[in-house]
Amino acid sequence: MADVSYKDLSLNGLWKNNPALVQLLGLCPLLAVSGTVVNALGLGVATTMVLILSNTSVSLIRNVVSDTVRLPTFVMIIASAVTCIELLMQAFAYELFLILGIFLPLITTNCVILGRADGFAAKHALGPSMYDGFIMGVGFAAVLVVLGGLRELTGTGALFANMDLLFGPAAADWKLVVFPNYQPFLLAILPPGAFIFTGLIIAVKNLIDAQIKKREAALKTDTVKESRRVRVTGTVS
Amino acid sequence: MALLRLTSPHAHGPMSTQRVMLNVLLATVPGIVVLTHFFGFGTLVNILWGSLVAVGCEALALKLRRRPLGFYLKDCSALVTAFLLCIALPPYSPWWLIAIGIASAILMAKHLYGGLGYNPFNPAMVGYVILLISFPVQMTSWAPPRGLGEMPGLLDALRACFTPALYDGVTMATPLDLLNQNIASNSLLLEELWQQNPQFGLFAGVGWEWANVAFLAGGLWLLYQRIFTWHAPVAMLASLSLLAALFYDGGSSASGGSPLFHLLSGATMFGAFFIVTDPVTSTVSLRGRLIYGALIGALIYVIRVRGNYPDAVAFSVLIMNFAAPFIDFYTQPRTYGHGDKRGQK
Repeated sequence: MADVSYKDLSLNGLWKNNPALVQLLGLCPLLAVSGTVVNALGLGVATTMVLILSNTSVSLIRNVVSDTVRLPTFVMIIASAVTCIELLMQAFAYELFLILGIFLPLITTNCVILGRADGFAAKHALGPSMYDGFIMGVGFAAVLVVLGGLRELTGTGALFANMDLLFGPAAADWKLVVFPNYQPFLLAILPPGAFIFTGLIIAVKNLIDAQIKKREAALKTDTVKESRRVRVTGTVS
Repeated sequence: MALLRLTSPHAHGPMSTQRVMLNVLLATVPGIVVLTHFFGFGTLVNILWGSLVAVGCEALALKLRRRPLGFYLKDCSALVTAFLLCIALPPYSPWWLIAIGIASAILMAKHLYGGLGYNPFNPAMVGYVILLISFPVQMTSWAPPRGLGEMPGLLDALRACFTPALYDGVTMATPLDLLNQNIASNSLLLEELWQQNPQFGLFAGVGWEWANVAFLAGGLWLLYQRIFTWHAPVAMLASLSLLAALFYDGGSSASGGSPLFHLLSGATMFGAFFIVTDPVTSTVSLRGRLIYGALIGALIYVIRVRGNYPDAVAFSVLIMNFAAPFIDFYTQPRTYGHGDKRGQK
């Protein structure tokens, strides 16, 4: 396997091959628990930690496990990583653990994690694998938080409510009321809102990509082989 | 020699999209007049403001999609969406409610799917349902009909729409609300319910029965103009009355209401002739339209009587919009000269 640069990995995880926006993996938690920033951040952090743990372990054992049993092995590794994170969350963020409910254990079935384990960690050395897990998780969590922020803002007119669930009592007054006297827009908080906003985010990303492509095409000048430079002398007038 | 009507349309009627849409707009007039008579100027203000927003949204979407503005604005389809949604909204709705509804109908339900002719769901009903699940309080406050409460004037209606914070309106449960609650609590015989609540009129609700008759008249005129075929509306009304007759239960406390009550309540006639007949989102084949209409009628009855929402035309139509391509797939008419699936000629 050819070595991969960390820069490429970062670009892939955060933008070009973003798990949520391009691969469209892990949509179930993405759509179900992105109602508020705190839920989104909680699940994003948990997923990132699981990704790092699973990518690390898979990369370590990649030369020992035979191809035929690799998938069950990976799933077991992922499941144990999820269990660790779940127990940690029970210990340090019990209320958030209750809110996220079934979606924490369901991280096991999140396709991003198995996809990265089988598609990347099983073929690469420890360093790049760990970094890939980290950056893919950050890419996923970033989309989750943006989505949660958009939905919380349009749904309730405020941002960062109940952050104390994740950051302790000090964060209790982080709530930022953007629009006072806001009429709650329930659709944004209900599941259809998640679909609509995910669609809009993907559309914005595609728009930006199209702009970048256009700019690159404009910068690049096509030279046909054996063409000659035109020599300009003097001015026309 | 048999003079069969062959498949190709050999003669064309001069029916443009614009004319169809203008006919539909014209056919809503009697209904709007009756609604205005019984509930005041609220509906008219809704429609005026809604039409403005709709044309604005349509122009914006066309501009963003780089389509010719004049050509598409002239077909009046945005106006029809605005009229249908604003008739369905409670009178004296605040301006932002109408604007959100129209914007989601035109931008999301219509243009995100590719514009007129490509939308799988009825835009007006999408707008209505989005509002209904997002703002349940505003969407279920209906003004009392004429004779049962103070009648707000035109100025009040404008104030209710544009400065909602300063407007203090009176609301009253609609007959369908009362029936829905009565079934849930299983308390009163229908006769007692009728006597205890002044909202009930001759057959259905005061005002509502006449509004339904007016929409029926407008619908029949559209039918006479051959804007749509009779299949879907008749099937819908028939299945609704059939279910109502089956579960009338002699007017007991568990009764779902008489067939006539259901036919003349809420949005029945409006839905049957102006929503179910939408040529884009309904089925195409005639047999399919019978099935489509009948299932909408059945869903309306079930949700009205057993659901949490008092009326159900919007939900039922959207659910069946989902099913329309499926129904069309199984009800394709036999091509002339070809056998059907069983190989008969």
